[in-house]
Amino acid sequence: MDATKPAVATDPAPGAPKAANWTLRVRQAIDRGLPMDHLLPDRQPYYVGSWVYVFGVITIAALAWVVVSGIVLAFMGPQWWHDSSLGLFFNSLHFWSVQLFFFAMVLHLWGQYFMASWRHGRAATWMIGVVIFGISVLTAFTGYLSQQNFASQFIAVNAKDAMNGAGIGAFFNVLNFGQMYGLHIMLLPVGVTFLVVVHIVMVRMRGVVKPIDAEGGARS
Amino acid sequence: MRSTGLSQEEYYRGIRTVPYDLVKELVLALAGVGIVALAAAAFFSSPDVAPVTVAAWAQSDPVDFVTTATGELAGATTSAGYGYPYNANSDGQSWGPIAPSRWLGVRIPIDSANTFVIQPLQRASYSNTVLGGALNTWQSASADQQTKWTDAYTKALADAKVVNGGVSVADGDYGPLPVMMSNLLGVAQSGGLDGLLQINGRFYQTDYTPALLFMGDGSYLSGLAQQWNLSGDLWGMMNETGQYPGQTWLWLYTMWYQVPPFTSDTGILGVNASNADLVVIILMTVLTLALALVPFIPILRDIPRWTRIHRLIWRSYYASKAHA
Repeated sequence: MDATKPAVATDPAPGAPKAANWTLRVRQAIDRGLPMDHLLPDRQPYYVGSWVYVFGVITIAALAWVVVSGIVLAFMGPQWWHDSSLGLFFNSLHFWSVQLFFFAMVLHLWGQYFMASWRHGRAATWMIGVVIFGISVLTAFTGYLSQQNFASQFIAVNAKDAMNGAGIGAFFNVLNFGQMYGLHIMLLPVGVTFLVVVHIVMVRMRGVVKPIDAEGGARS
Repeated sequence: MRSTGLSQEEYYRGIRTVPYDLVKELVLALAGVGIVALAAAAFFSSPDVAPVTVAAWAQSDPVDFVTTATGELAGATTSAGYGYPYNANSDGQSWGPIAPSRWLGVRIPIDSANTFVIQPLQRASYSNTVLGGALNTWQSASADQQTKWTDAYTKALADAKVVNGGVSVADGDYGPLPVMMSNLLGVAQSGGLDGLLQINGRFYQTDYTPALLFMGDGSYLSGLAQQWNLSGDLWGMMNETGQYPGQTWLWLYTMWYQVPPFTSDTGILGVNASNADLVVIILMTVLTLALALVPFIPILRDIPRWTRIHRLIWRSYYASKAHA
Protein backbone atom coordinates (compact mmCIF):
# COMPACT_ATOMS: atom_id res chain seq x y z
CA MET A 1 0.00 0.00 0.00
CA ASP A 2 1.24 3.46 -0.87
CA ALA A 3 1.87 5.22 2.47
CA THR A 4 1.49 8.63 0.88
CA LYS A 5 -2.19 8.02 -0.01
CA PRO A 6 -4.94 8.31 2.62
CA ALA A 7 -6.56 4.99 3.64
CA VAL A 8 -10.05 6.41 3.05
CA ALA A 9 -10.89 8.35 -0.08
CA THR A 10 -11.96 11.89 0.69
CA ASP A 11 -15.12 13.35 -0.79
CA PRO A 12 -14.55 15.63 -3.78
CA ALA A 13 -14.95 19.37 -3.52
CA PRO A 14 -18.31 20.84 -4.58
CA GLY A 15 -18.54 21.08 -8.34
CA ALA A 16 -15.91 18.39 -8.89
CA PRO A 17 -16.67 15.62 -11.40
CA LYS A 18 -18.60 12.60 -10.01
CA ALA A 19 -16.42 9.81 -8.64
CA ALA A 20 -16.07 6.62 -10.67
CA ASN A 21 -16.04 4.53 -7.49
CA TRP A 22 -19.58 3.20 -6.92
CA THR A 23 -19.09 2.85 -3.17
CA LEU A 24 -17.91 6.43 -2.91
CA ARG A 25 -20.88 7.63 -4.94
CA VAL A 26 -23.34 5.78 -2.67
CA ARG A 27 -21.63 7.26 0.39
CA GLN A 28 -21.76 10.74 -1.08
CA ALA A 29 -25.46 10.31 -1.88
CA ILE A 30 -26.17 9.22 1.71
CA ASP A 31 -24.14 12.13 3.07
CA ARG A 32 -26.10 14.55 0.91
CA GLY A 33 -29.51 12.98 1.59
CA LEU A 34 -29.28 12.10 5.24
CA PRO A 35 -26.28 13.55 7.08
CA MET A 36 -25.91 12.34 10.66
CA ASP A 37 -27.05 15.66 12.14
CA HIS A 38 -30.36 15.19 10.31
CA LEU A 39 -30.69 11.51 11.27
CA LEU A 40 -29.94 12.21 14.93
CA PRO A 41 -30.67 15.92 15.45
CA ASP A 42 -29.80 17.62 18.75
CA ARG A 43 -31.86 20.72 17.96
CA GLN A 44 -35.39 21.20 16.63
CA PRO A 45 -37.52 24.20 15.68
CA TYR A 46 -39.07 25.66 18.85
CA TYR A 47 -42.64 24.78 17.77
CA VAL A 48 -41.85 21.04 17.97
CA GLY A 49 -42.93 21.03 21.61
CA SER A 50 -46.46 19.61 21.48
CA TRP A 51 -47.38 16.23 22.96
CA VAL A 52 -48.71 15.31 19.51
CA TYR A 53 -45.14 14.73 18.39
CA VAL A 54 -44.70 12.08 21.10
CA PHE A 55 -47.24 9.67 19.57
CA GLY A 56 -44.85 8.80 16.75
CA VAL A 57 -42.03 7.77 19.05
CA ILE A 58 -44.47 5.90 21.31
CA THR A 59 -45.64 3.97 18.25
CA ILE A 60 -42.06 3.01 17.45
CA ALA A 61 -41.41 2.00 21.07
CA ALA A 62 -44.56 -0.15 21.12
CA LEU A 63 -43.54 -1.76 17.82
CA ALA A 64 -40.19 -2.65 19.37
CA TRP A 65 -41.97 -4.42 22.25
CA VAL A 66 -44.34 -6.15 19.79
CA VAL A 67 -41.39 -7.43 17.74
CA VAL A 68 -39.31 -8.56 20.74
CA SER A 69 -42.21 -10.41 22.40
CA GLY A 70 -43.22 -11.81 19.00
CA ILE A 71 -39.72 -13.17 18.37
CA VAL A 72 -39.82 -15.00 21.71
CA LEU A 73 -43.27 -16.44 20.93
CA ALA A 74 -42.22 -17.47 17.40
CA PHE A 75 -39.04 -19.10 18.70
CA MET A 76 -40.88 -21.15 21.32
CA GLY A 77 -43.65 -22.24 18.93
CA PRO A 78 -47.40 -21.65 18.72
CA GLN A 79 -48.31 -24.17 21.44
CA TRP A 80 -45.99 -22.78 24.12
CA TRP A 81 -48.17 -19.96 25.40
CA HIS A 82 -51.15 -22.27 25.90
CA ASP A 83 -49.14 -24.69 28.02
CA SER A 84 -46.95 -22.55 30.30
CA SER A 85 -47.45 -19.53 32.50
CA LEU A 86 -44.26 -17.93 31.15
CA GLY A 87 -45.57 -18.43 27.62
CA LEU A 88 -48.90 -16.89 28.60
CA PHE A 89 -47.03 -13.91 30.06
CA PHE A 90 -45.13 -13.34 26.83
CA ASN A 91 -48.34 -13.68 24.85
CA SER A 92 -49.94 -11.12 27.15
CA LEU A 93 -46.96 -8.79 26.66
CA HIS A 94 -47.38 -9.21 22.90
CA PHE A 95 -51.13 -8.62 23.14
CA TRP A 96 -50.90 -5.41 25.18
CA SER A 97 -47.97 -4.07 23.16
CA VAL A 98 -50.12 -4.45 20.05
CA GLN A 99 -52.95 -2.55 21.74
CA LEU A 100 -50.55 0.26 22.70
CA PHE A 101 -49.05 0.22 19.19
CA PHE A 102 -52.43 0.78 17.55
CA PHE A 103 -53.53 3.31 20.17
CA ALA A 104 -50.41 5.43 19.61
CA MET A 105 -50.43 4.92 15.82
CA VAL A 106 -54.03 6.09 15.44
CA LEU A 107 -53.32 9.18 17.57
CA HIS A 108 -50.17 9.79 15.51
CA LEU A 109 -52.18 9.49 12.29
CA TRP A 110 -54.89 11.90 13.43
CA GLY A 111 -52.29 14.30 14.82
CA GLN A 112 -50.39 14.34 11.54
CA TYR A 113 -53.66 14.80 9.65
CA PHE A 114 -54.64 17.91 11.58
CA MET A 115 -51.08 19.22 11.17
CA ALA A 116 -51.38 18.57 7.40
CA SER A 117 -47.95 16.97 7.61
CA TRP A 118 -47.87 16.11 3.92
CA ARG A 119 -47.08 19.72 3.01
CA HIS A 120 -43.83 20.93 1.48
CA GLY A 121 -42.82 17.73 -0.30
CA ARG A 122 -43.85 15.23 2.40
CA ALA A 123 -46.77 13.51 0.59
CA ALA A 124 -44.82 10.26 0.11
CA THR A 125 -44.06 10.14 3.86
CA TRP A 126 -47.80 10.44 4.59
CA MET A 127 -48.69 7.79 2.01
CA ILE A 128 -46.17 5.29 3.37
CA GLY A 129 -47.60 5.94 6.84
CA VAL A 130 -51.08 4.99 5.60
CA VAL A 131 -49.65 1.84 3.98
CA ILE A 132 -47.99 0.95 7.31
CA PHE A 133 -51.35 1.36 9.04
CA GLY A 134 -53.03 -0.93 6.48
CA ILE A 135 -50.38 -3.64 6.73
CA SER A 136 -50.44 -3.37 10.53
CA VAL A 137 -54.20 -4.04 10.49
CA LEU A 138 -53.59 -7.11 8.32
CA THR A 139 -50.76 -8.26 10.60
CA ALA A 140 -52.95 -7.94 13.69
CA PHE A 141 -55.80 -9.73 11.89
CA THR A 142 -53.57 -12.71 11.09
CA GLY A 143 -52.37 -12.57 14.70
CA TYR A 144 -55.90 -12.89 16.05
CA LEU A 145 -56.39 -15.81 13.64
CA SER A 146 -53.18 -17.46 14.90
CA GLN A 147 -54.13 -17.49 18.59
CA GLN A 148 -55.39 -21.08 18.37
CA ASN A 149 -58.28 -20.42 20.73
CA PHE A 150 -62.05 -19.96 20.46
CA ALA A 151 -61.78 -16.36 19.29
CA SER A 152 -59.51 -17.48 16.43
CA GLN A 153 -62.02 -20.10 15.39
CA PHE A 154 -64.98 -17.80 15.28
CA ILE A 155 -63.11 -14.86 13.75
CA ALA A 156 -61.97 -17.26 11.00
CA VAL A 157 -65.45 -18.67 10.39
CA ASN A 158 -66.95 -15.17 10.39
CA ALA A 159 -64.23 -13.47 8.33
CA LYS A 160 -64.12 -16.09 5.60
CA ASP A 161 -67.39 -14.74 4.19
CA ALA A 162 -65.92 -11.27 3.71
CA MET A 163 -62.75 -12.69 2.18
CA ASN A 164 -64.64 -15.09 -0.08
CA GLY A 165 -67.23 -12.51 -1.08
CA ALA A 166 -64.46 -10.27 -2.34
CA GLY A 167 -62.61 -13.15 -4.00
CA ILE A 168 -59.66 -12.72 -1.61
CA GLY A 169 -60.45 -16.02 0.11
CA ALA A 170 -59.38 -17.93 -2.98
CA PHE A 171 -55.74 -17.29 -2.10
CA PHE A 172 -55.94 -15.87 1.47
CA ASN A 173 -57.66 -18.67 3.38
CA VAL A 174 -58.40 -17.49 6.92
CA LEU A 175 -59.33 -21.07 7.90
CA ASN A 176 -55.79 -22.21 7.08
CA PHE A 177 -53.82 -21.78 10.31
CA GLY A 178 -50.47 -22.53 8.67
CA GLN A 179 -50.93 -19.79 6.08
CA MET A 180 -52.12 -17.21 8.61
CA TYR A 181 -49.36 -18.06 11.11
CA GLY A 182 -46.65 -17.87 8.45
CA LEU A 183 -47.89 -14.49 7.25
CA HIS A 184 -48.21 -13.23 10.82
CA ILE A 185 -44.77 -14.11 12.12
CA MET A 186 -42.69 -13.45 9.01
CA LEU A 187 -43.91 -11.70 5.88
CA LEU A 188 -46.19 -9.03 7.34
CA PRO A 189 -44.03 -7.97 10.32
CA VAL A 190 -40.98 -7.72 8.07
CA GLY A 191 -43.05 -5.50 5.77
CA VAL A 192 -44.24 -3.28 8.64
CA THR A 193 -40.76 -2.95 10.15
CA PHE A 194 -39.14 -2.19 6.79
CA LEU A 195 -41.71 0.47 5.93
CA VAL A 196 -41.44 2.01 9.41
CA VAL A 197 -37.68 2.37 8.85
CA VAL A 198 -38.33 3.98 5.44
CA HIS A 199 -40.95 6.27 7.04
CA ILE A 200 -38.55 7.38 9.78
CA VAL A 201 -35.72 7.98 7.30
CA MET A 202 -38.04 10.12 5.17
CA VAL A 203 -39.10 12.13 8.21
CA ARG A 204 -35.47 12.68 9.22
CA MET A 205 -34.43 13.57 5.65
CA ARG A 206 -37.02 16.33 5.33
CA GLY A 207 -37.43 17.36 8.96
CA VAL A 208 -40.75 18.19 10.61
CA VAL A 209 -43.15 20.34 8.65
CA LYS A 210 -43.72 23.99 9.50
CA PRO A 211 -46.96 25.14 11.15
CA ILE A 212 -49.90 25.74 8.82
CA ASP A 213 -49.89 29.21 7.28
CA ALA A 214 -46.27 29.70 8.24
CA GLU A 215 -45.63 29.24 4.58
CA GLY A 216 -48.25 28.41 1.99
CA GLY A 217 -51.34 26.91 3.71
CA ALA A 218 -52.29 23.27 4.00
CA ARG A 219 -51.69 22.20 0.44
CA SER A 220 -48.74 20.06 -0.54
CA MET B 1 -32.05 16.93 1.88
CA ARG B 2 -33.94 19.16 -0.47
CA SER B 3 -37.72 19.29 -0.18
CA THR B 4 -39.69 21.63 -2.37
CA GLY B 5 -36.31 22.79 -3.62
CA LEU B 6 -34.97 23.67 -0.17
CA SER B 7 -32.42 22.00 2.06
CA GLN B 8 -33.37 21.56 5.73
CA GLU B 9 -31.07 24.46 6.59
CA GLU B 10 -32.84 26.67 4.05
CA TYR B 11 -36.32 25.40 5.03
CA TYR B 12 -35.80 26.25 8.69
CA ARG B 13 -33.89 29.52 8.07
CA GLY B 14 -34.96 32.26 10.49
CA ILE B 15 -36.77 29.80 12.80
CA ARG B 16 -35.44 29.62 16.34
CA THR B 17 -34.26 26.14 17.36
CA VAL B 18 -34.11 24.63 20.83
CA PRO B 19 -32.08 21.74 22.28
CA TYR B 20 -33.58 18.32 21.61
CA ASP B 21 -32.47 14.80 22.57
CA LEU B 22 -33.92 12.26 20.13
CA VAL B 23 -32.16 9.23 21.62
CA LYS B 24 -33.22 10.12 25.17
CA GLU B 25 -36.82 10.52 23.97
CA LEU B 26 -36.74 7.10 22.30
CA VAL B 27 -35.23 5.41 25.37
CA LEU B 28 -37.82 7.02 27.65
CA ALA B 29 -40.60 5.92 25.28
CA LEU B 30 -39.26 2.35 25.23
CA ALA B 31 -39.15 2.34 29.03
CA GLY B 32 -42.59 3.93 29.42
CA VAL B 33 -44.32 1.65 26.94
CA GLY B 34 -42.48 -1.32 28.41
CA ILE B 35 -43.65 -0.54 31.94
CA VAL B 36 -47.28 -0.17 30.81
CA ALA B 37 -47.19 -3.33 28.65
CA LEU B 38 -45.42 -5.42 31.32
CA ALA B 39 -47.85 -4.22 33.99
CA ALA B 40 -50.88 -4.93 31.78
CA ALA B 41 -49.50 -8.38 30.95
CA ALA B 42 -48.90 -9.15 34.62
CA PHE B 43 -52.23 -7.86 35.92
CA PHE B 44 -54.66 -8.52 33.05
CA SER B 45 -53.04 -11.49 31.23
CA SER B 46 -54.57 -12.15 27.77
CA PRO B 47 -57.63 -13.92 26.37
CA ASP B 48 -57.37 -17.66 25.80
CA VAL B 49 -60.76 -19.37 25.82
CA ALA B 50 -60.15 -22.97 24.74
CA PRO B 51 -61.08 -23.78 21.15
CA VAL B 52 -64.17 -25.86 20.39
CA THR B 53 -63.59 -29.36 19.07
CA VAL B 54 -65.93 -31.46 16.96
CA ALA B 55 -65.93 -33.88 19.92
CA ALA B 56 -67.13 -31.16 22.30
CA TRP B 57 -69.85 -30.18 19.83
CA ALA B 58 -71.03 -33.79 19.40
CA GLN B 59 -71.01 -34.38 23.16
CA SER B 60 -72.72 -31.10 24.11
CA ASP B 61 -75.34 -30.94 21.40
CA PRO B 62 -75.76 -34.32 19.64
CA VAL B 63 -79.01 -33.33 17.95
CA ASP B 64 -77.45 -30.23 16.36
CA PHE B 65 -74.47 -32.32 15.28
CA VAL B 66 -76.61 -35.02 13.62
CA THR B 67 -78.95 -32.42 12.09
CA THR B 68 -75.94 -30.63 10.58
CA ALA B 69 -74.41 -33.87 9.26
CA THR B 70 -77.74 -34.85 7.70
CA GLY B 71 -77.94 -31.39 6.17
CA GLU B 72 -74.51 -31.94 4.61
CA LEU B 73 -75.82 -35.12 2.95
CA ALA B 74 -78.94 -33.30 1.78
CA GLY B 75 -76.91 -30.38 0.43
CA ALA B 76 -78.88 -28.07 2.69
CA THR B 77 -76.11 -26.47 4.79
CA THR B 78 -74.25 -23.21 4.26
CA SER B 79 -71.12 -25.02 3.09
CA ALA B 80 -73.04 -27.29 0.72
CA GLY B 81 -74.50 -24.35 -1.16
CA TYR B 82 -71.70 -21.87 -0.45
CA GLY B 83 -70.26 -21.39 -3.92
CA TYR B 84 -66.76 -20.13 -4.62
CA PRO B 85 -64.03 -20.84 -3.64
CA TYR B 86 -65.35 -24.14 -2.18
CA ASN B 87 -67.78 -25.31 -4.87
CA ALA B 88 -69.86 -24.05 -7.76
CA ASN B 89 -73.22 -24.50 -6.02
CA SER B 90 -74.02 -20.77 -6.01
CA ASP B 91 -72.96 -17.76 -8.03
CA GLY B 92 -71.12 -16.03 -5.19
CA GLN B 93 -71.44 -12.34 -4.38
CA SER B 94 -71.46 -9.79 -7.16
CA TRP B 95 -72.13 -6.11 -7.64
CA GLY B 96 -73.15 -5.37 -11.18
CA PRO B 97 -70.45 -6.87 -13.38
CA ILE B 98 -68.02 -7.15 -10.44
CA ALA B 99 -67.88 -10.80 -9.33
CA PRO B 100 -64.31 -11.56 -8.17
CA SER B 101 -65.15 -14.85 -6.44
CA ARG B 102 -66.72 -16.18 -9.64
CA TRP B 103 -63.76 -14.98 -11.70
CA LEU B 104 -61.39 -16.95 -9.46
CA GLY B 105 -63.55 -20.08 -9.38
CA VAL B 106 -63.23 -23.15 -7.16
CA ARG B 107 -59.81 -22.92 -5.51
CA ILE B 108 -60.39 -24.86 -2.25
CA PRO B 109 -62.65 -27.76 -3.30
CA ILE B 110 -65.13 -28.85 -0.63
CA ASP B 111 -67.86 -31.39 -1.39
CA SER B 112 -69.59 -31.15 1.97
CA ALA B 113 -71.43 -34.52 1.85
CA ASN B 114 -68.26 -36.39 0.98
CA THR B 115 -65.77 -34.32 2.99
CA PHE B 116 -67.74 -34.10 6.23
CA VAL B 117 -69.73 -37.36 6.28
CA ILE B 118 -69.05 -40.04 3.65
CA GLN B 119 -65.23 -40.05 3.64
CA PRO B 120 -64.89 -40.01 7.47
CA LEU B 121 -67.46 -42.84 7.69
CA GLN B 122 -65.63 -44.85 5.03
CA ARG B 123 -62.46 -44.63 7.10
CA ALA B 124 -64.38 -45.43 10.29
CA SER B 125 -66.11 -48.42 8.65
CA TYR B 126 -62.89 -50.42 8.63
CA SER B 127 -63.81 -53.73 10.34
CA ASN B 128 -67.33 -52.34 10.99
CA THR B 129 -69.50 -54.44 8.65
CA VAL B 130 -72.81 -52.90 9.77
CA LEU B 131 -71.58 -49.42 8.93
CA GLY B 132 -70.00 -50.67 5.71
CA GLY B 133 -73.35 -52.16 4.67
CA ALA B 134 -75.20 -48.93 5.50
CA LEU B 135 -72.74 -46.94 3.43
CA ASN B 136 -73.16 -49.31 0.51
CA THR B 137 -76.94 -48.96 0.74
CA TRP B 138 -76.62 -45.16 0.78
CA GLN B 139 -74.23 -44.96 -2.13
CA SER B 140 -76.12 -47.45 -4.31
CA ALA B 141 -79.47 -45.63 -3.77
CA SER B 142 -80.78 -43.18 -6.33
CA ALA B 143 -80.58 -39.46 -5.67
CA ASP B 144 -84.38 -39.36 -5.29
CA GLN B 145 -84.28 -42.10 -2.68
CA GLN B 146 -81.46 -40.35 -0.80
CA THR B 147 -83.51 -37.14 -0.79
CA LYS B 148 -86.57 -38.97 0.60
CA TRP B 149 -84.46 -40.44 3.42
CA THR B 150 -82.77 -37.14 4.32
CA ASP B 151 -86.07 -35.22 4.19
CA ALA B 152 -87.79 -37.72 6.46
CA TYR B 153 -84.85 -37.91 8.85
CA THR B 154 -84.46 -34.11 9.01
CA LYS B 155 -88.16 -33.77 9.92
CA ALA B 156 -87.83 -36.44 12.57
CA LEU B 157 -84.73 -34.77 14.05
CA ALA B 158 -86.85 -31.72 14.92
CA ASP B 159 -88.39 -33.83 17.71
CA ALA B 160 -85.32 -35.92 18.46
CA LYS B 161 -84.36 -36.86 21.99
CA VAL B 162 -80.96 -37.49 23.45
CA VAL B 163 -80.75 -40.95 24.99
CA ASN B 164 -77.48 -42.07 26.59
CA GLY B 165 -75.55 -39.57 24.48
CA GLY B 166 -77.14 -40.81 21.26
CA VAL B 167 -79.93 -39.32 19.18
CA SER B 168 -83.33 -41.04 19.16
CA VAL B 169 -86.03 -40.24 16.61
CA ALA B 170 -89.52 -41.58 15.96
CA ASP B 171 -89.77 -44.68 13.80
CA GLY B 172 -89.82 -44.05 10.07
CA ASP B 173 -88.29 -44.93 6.72
CA TYR B 174 -84.86 -43.34 6.96
CA GLY B 175 -82.94 -46.00 5.06
CA PRO B 176 -79.36 -46.39 6.31
CA LEU B 177 -79.24 -42.90 7.86
CA PRO B 178 -79.77 -43.92 11.53
CA VAL B 179 -76.83 -46.35 11.32
CA MET B 180 -74.62 -43.86 9.49
CA MET B 181 -75.43 -41.02 11.84
CA SER B 182 -75.12 -42.99 15.05
CA ASN B 183 -71.68 -44.15 13.91
CA LEU B 184 -70.66 -40.64 12.86
CA LEU B 185 -71.88 -39.29 16.21
CA GLY B 186 -69.99 -41.99 18.11
CA VAL B 187 -66.77 -41.33 16.18
CA ALA B 188 -67.21 -37.59 16.73
CA GLN B 189 -67.89 -37.93 20.47
CA SER B 190 -64.76 -40.04 20.88
CA GLY B 191 -62.66 -37.34 19.20
CA GLY B 192 -62.00 -39.41 16.10
CA LEU B 193 -63.79 -37.08 13.69
CA ASP B 194 -61.51 -34.16 14.65
CA GLY B 195 -58.68 -36.19 13.16
CA LEU B 196 -60.60 -37.74 10.27
CA LEU B 197 -61.64 -34.30 8.98
CA GLN B 198 -58.00 -33.23 8.89
CA ILE B 199 -56.59 -36.25 7.05
CA ASN B 200 -54.88 -35.00 3.92
CA GLY B 201 -52.79 -37.98 2.90
CA ARG B 202 -49.72 -36.56 4.59
CA PHE B 203 -48.53 -36.71 8.19
CA TYR B 204 -48.32 -32.98 8.88
CA GLN B 205 -51.21 -30.60 8.38
CA THR B 206 -51.94 -27.04 9.42
CA ASP B 207 -55.09 -26.39 7.41
CA TYR B 208 -58.30 -26.52 9.44
CA THR B 209 -60.65 -25.54 6.62
CA PRO B 210 -62.82 -28.73 6.63
CA ALA B 211 -63.34 -28.88 10.41
CA LEU B 212 -64.06 -25.15 10.74
CA LEU B 213 -66.51 -25.17 7.81
CA PHE B 214 -68.31 -28.19 9.27
CA MET B 215 -68.55 -26.62 12.73
CA GLY B 216 -69.62 -23.33 11.14
CA ASP B 217 -72.57 -25.13 9.56
CA GLY B 218 -73.94 -26.12 12.97
CA SER B 219 -75.45 -23.79 15.53
CA TYR B 220 -73.18 -24.81 18.45
CA LEU B 221 -70.18 -22.64 17.45
CA SER B 222 -72.29 -19.61 16.62
CA GLY B 223 -74.27 -20.06 19.83
CA LEU B 224 -71.09 -19.88 21.89
CA ALA B 225 -69.93 -16.87 19.86
CA GLN B 226 -73.22 -15.16 20.64
CA GLN B 227 -72.58 -15.71 24.34
CA TRP B 228 -69.13 -14.09 23.98
CA ASN B 229 -70.57 -11.16 21.93
CA LEU B 230 -68.46 -12.13 18.93
CA SER B 231 -71.16 -12.37 16.27
CA GLY B 232 -71.18 -10.01 13.33
CA ASP B 233 -74.39 -8.16 14.23
CA LEU B 234 -72.74 -7.29 17.57
CA TRP B 235 -69.69 -5.63 15.95
CA GLY B 236 -68.05 -9.04 16.35
CA MET B 237 -64.77 -8.40 14.56
CA MET B 238 -63.94 -5.70 17.10
CA ASN B 239 -64.63 -7.89 20.13
CA GLU B 240 -62.65 -10.48 22.04
CA THR B 241 -63.70 -13.12 24.52
CA GLY B 242 -64.09 -11.82 28.05
CA GLN B 243 -63.45 -8.16 28.82
CA TYR B 244 -60.38 -7.91 26.59
CA PRO B 245 -60.08 -5.44 23.74
CA GLY B 246 -60.38 -6.93 20.28
CA GLN B 247 -59.48 -5.40 16.96
CA THR B 248 -60.99 -2.02 17.82
CA TRP B 249 -59.19 -0.48 14.83
CA LEU B 250 -61.69 -2.34 12.62
CA TRP B 251 -64.54 -0.13 13.91
CA LEU B 252 -65.19 1.50 10.54
CA TYR B 253 -65.13 -1.79 8.64
CA THR B 254 -67.49 -3.40 11.19
CA MET B 255 -69.79 -0.38 11.27
CA TRP B 256 -70.93 -0.86 7.66
CA TYR B 257 -72.46 -4.22 8.59
CA GLN B 258 -74.72 -2.49 11.12
CA VAL B 259 -76.30 0.10 8.77
CA PRO B 260 -78.41 0.18 5.58
CA PRO B 261 -78.10 -0.65 2.74
CA PHE B 262 -75.78 -3.41 3.99
CA THR B 263 -78.45 -4.69 6.39
CA SER B 264 -81.30 -4.38 3.91
CA ASP B 265 -82.80 -7.15 1.77
CA THR B 266 -83.76 -4.68 -0.97
CA GLY B 267 -80.93 -2.18 -0.65
CA ILE B 268 -80.02 0.58 -3.05
CA LEU B 269 -78.00 0.70 -6.27
CA GLY B 270 -77.68 -3.07 -6.18
CA VAL B 271 -76.09 -3.03 -2.72
CA ASN B 272 -77.86 -5.11 -0.08
CA ALA B 273 -77.24 -7.68 2.63
CA SER B 274 -76.60 -10.44 0.10
CA ASN B 275 -73.52 -8.74 -1.38
CA ALA B 276 -72.52 -6.71 1.68
CA ASP B 277 -69.18 -8.51 2.10
CA LEU B 278 -68.04 -7.64 -1.40
CA VAL B 279 -69.21 -4.02 -1.35
CA VAL B 280 -67.86 -3.35 2.15
CA ILE B 281 -64.42 -4.58 1.06
CA ILE B 282 -64.61 -2.37 -2.06
CA LEU B 283 -65.75 0.58 0.05
CA MET B 284 -62.94 0.12 2.58
CA THR B 285 -60.38 -0.18 -0.23
CA VAL B 286 -61.61 3.09 -1.73
CA LEU B 287 -61.56 4.83 1.67
CA THR B 288 -58.04 3.56 2.40
CA LEU B 289 -56.86 4.82 -0.99
CA ALA B 290 -58.53 8.16 -0.26
CA LEU B 291 -56.72 8.36 3.09
CA ALA B 292 -53.40 7.67 1.37
CA LEU B 293 -54.14 10.29 -1.29
CA VAL B 294 -55.39 12.99 1.12
CA PRO B 295 -52.50 15.30 0.15
CA PHE B 296 -53.93 15.50 -3.36
CA ILE B 297 -57.69 15.63 -2.63
CA PRO B 298 -59.20 19.11 -2.31
CA ILE B 299 -61.46 19.63 0.74
CA LEU B 300 -59.93 16.61 2.54
CA ARG B 301 -56.53 18.27 2.50
CA ASP B 302 -58.04 21.63 3.48
CA ILE B 303 -59.94 20.39 6.55
CA PRO B 304 -56.88 20.71 8.83
CA ARG B 305 -56.60 24.40 7.99
CA TRP B 306 -60.34 25.00 8.45
CA THR B 307 -60.73 23.13 11.75
CA ARG B 308 -57.88 25.08 13.36
CA ILE B 309 -56.97 22.16 15.62
CA HIS B 310 -53.46 22.89 14.43
CA ARG B 311 -53.58 26.13 16.43
CA LEU B 312 -53.80 24.06 19.61
CA ILE B 313 -50.95 21.81 18.52
CA TRP B 314 -48.66 24.73 17.58
CA ARG B 315 -50.05 27.22 20.09
CA SER B 316 -46.56 28.45 21.09
CA TYR B 317 -45.84 29.27 17.46
CA TYR B 318 -49.08 31.14 16.88
CA ALA B 319 -48.80 32.93 20.25
CA SER B 320 -45.33 34.20 19.41
CA LYS B 321 -46.54 35.18 15.93
CA ALA B 322 -49.44 37.15 17.46
CA HIS B 323 -47.06 38.96 19.81
CA ALA B 324 -44.77 39.84 16.91
